[in-house]
Amino acid sequence: MARSLTGIGLATTEDAAFPAARGRRGLIPVLSVLLLFGLWYLMALLAADPQLMPGPVTVLARMAAEARSGELFFHLGTTLARVAASFTIAMLVGTAAGLLMGRRRLADELGGPWLVFFLNLPALVTIVLAYIWIGLVESAAILAVALNKMPNVTVTIREGARALDSGLSEMATVFEVPFGRRLRHVLLPQLYPYIAAAARSGLALIWKIVLVVELLGRSNGIGFQIAIFFQFFDVAGILAYALAFILVVQGIEWGILQPLERRLTRWRR
Amino acid sequence: MAALTVAIGEKSFPALGAAARRHVLGSLRFTVEAGQTVVITGPSGCGKTTLLNIVAGLDPRFEGRIEMPEVTRIGYVFQDPRLLPWRTVEDNLRLVLDGEKEEIARRIADVLAEVGLADAQQVYASRLSLGMARRVAIARAFVVRPTLLLLDEPFVSLDEPTAARLRRLLLDLLATHRVTTLFVTHNLREAIMLGDRLIFLSRSPARIVSDVVVPLDRAARTSEAAIESFRTRLGELPALLEQGLTEPTS
Ligand SMILES: Nc1ncnc2c1ncn2[C@@H]1O[C@H](COP(=O)(O)OP(=O)(O)OP(=O)(O)O)[C@@H](O)[C@H]1O
Ligand SMILES: [Mg+2]
Repeated sequence: MARSLTGIGLATTEDAAFPAARGRRGLIPVLSVLLLFGLWYLMALLAADPQLMPGPVTVLARMAAEARSGELFFHLGTTLARVAASFTIAMLVGTAAGLLMGRRRLADELGGPWLVFFLNLPALVTIVLAYIWIGLVESAAILAVALNKMPNVTVTIREGARALDSGLSEMATVFEVPFGRRLRHVLLPQLYPYIAAAARSGLALIWKIVLVVELLGRSNGIGFQIAIFFQFFDVAGILAYALAFILVVQGIEWGILQPLERRLTRWRR
Repeated sequence: MAALTVAIGEKSFPALGAAARRHVLGSLRFTVEAGQTVVITGPSGCGKTTLLNIVAGLDPRFEGRIEMPEVTRIGYVFQDPRLLPWRTVEDNLRLVLDGEKEEIARRIADVLAEVGLADAQQVYASRLSLGMARRVAIARAFVVRPTLLLLDEPFVSLDEPTAARLRRLLLDLLATHRVTTLFVTHNLREAIMLGDRLIFLSRSPARIVSDVVVPLDRAARTSEAAIESFRTRLGELPALLEQGLTEPTS
C-alpha cells in the first residue's frame, strides 16, 4: 500500500506547532488540582476530626482570616525576603564558583573537596553552627540558607561551563569582542539552561530550609508561625500558611520563571 | 616589512588517550606582502586549519614565530560558520563592531546587501540554512574592515551560482580594500581566480611543496579560459595534489 503523509496545516506561532496539545493545555492540570482537593475533602470527612484533619474549606477560611488580620502577609513577606536574599547570594556565588571550576583545572581540583564537604553537610548543622558562631541574627539565617544551596548551584553551573562551545569562544577572541559583550551574548546564553535548572531547584529547596531557619532562631516568618501552631496542634493554621506559600512559589514559577525562559529560548528551532 | 611572516618550526598535537602524538606541520616559512592574497591548498587533514588558527593567535602551542604589524585587525571565516544561534543575523554582526549606532547599522545593512542577505537581518541564526550561515560568517569577517583576512574554505557547500557570486564579490572586495589574505581552498579554479600566489602543502607533517605566483590581471581572473589555461600550465602539481587527496594515508 502507498504511504502518504498529510500535513496538519501551517503553524502560525511556535505554540501552534502542537495543535492537539493546545486545546487540552490548562485543562488537565486544573482537573488534577481539583482531584487533589477532592481527595483531601474526603479524607477530612472520613477522619471527622476538624482539629487534626481540617478539610480544604476550613483551611481556606483560615487563610482568609489570617490574610484579613494582616498576619499572613507580614510573615509571608518576611519569609519571601529571606528566600530572595539567600537565593540571590547562592546563585551569584554558586555561579561564579561553578564557572571558575568548569573552566580552570586548578580551581576544580582545589574546590572539588570543598564541594563534596558542603554537599554532604546536613542543612541542620549549617544552621545551628551559623547561629552559634554568628548569633541569632538575620545575617546568620541568610548565610546558613545560602550555604546550603550554593554547592548545588556550583555543580550545575560547572556542568554548563564544561559544555561551553570552544568554537564560539575562539570566534569571540579573534574578533576581540570586549568582556562584557562576550559575557552577555556568548557566555550567558549557553549557560541559561543550567542557570534556569539551578534556579528552579534552588527556589524549591531554599524555601524549605528558610522555614527551618525561622523555626530555630527567628521571631517572625512562616517557619516561626508554624512552630507556634505546632505547640497548639493547630493543623488548620499550619496548612493555611503552607498553602499560601505554595501559591506564591507557583506564582513566581508561572509569572516570572516560565515567561523568562520562554523569552530566552525563543530562538530555538 | 611584510604584512605577515610565517616561520613555523614545528606544530604537533600531543598524544591523548589512545591517539598518538600528531606531527601536523613541519618547517613552514613564507611571507605575505601587504594586500597580497595567498591561497593555501593541500590534502585534507594536512594542517591548513591548524595553520590559520596559529596565525589568528588561537593556538600558541607551536614552535616558531608569526609576525604581523602591531595593529592588525583580523577577520576570520572559520571552516564552520560559528554564529551565535540565539542572536539574529544583525546582532551576530553587531557583536564584533564598535562605534556609533547609526554607523554600525549602516555598515551591517551594507555588508548584508553585499552577501545577498538584506532581508534576513532579523532572522535568528539558528534558523538559517547552512549556505546563508556561511554568508553571514563572510559578512562578519568583512564588516570589521580587517587588515588580515583568514578564510577557511568559505564557499564549500554553497550552490554554484551563489559561490560564483561570492567569489566575484571577494575578488572585488580584495581589489578595493587590498586586504592581506590567507585563503584555504581545495578548489583549484577558485584558487587561481582569487590568489596572487598559490602555496601547495604536502601531507602532514606539512611542508611547502610549491609556491607559485599567479600573474593574471583582474579581467583574466573572471575568464574561464584564462583560468583553465593557467591550470594546465601548473602541469603535474594539481595531479599530485589530487593524489594526495585521494590516496589512503599510509
Ligand atoms: N585539537 C586537536 N588535537 C589533536 N589533533 C588535531 C587537533 N586539531 C587538528 N588535529 C589533527 O591535525 C591534523 C590537521 O588538521 P586540520 O584541521 O588543520 O586539517 P586541514 O588541513 O584543515 O583539513 P581539511 O582540509 O579536512 O579541513 C589532522 O590530522 C587532525 O586530526
Ligand atoms: Mg580544515
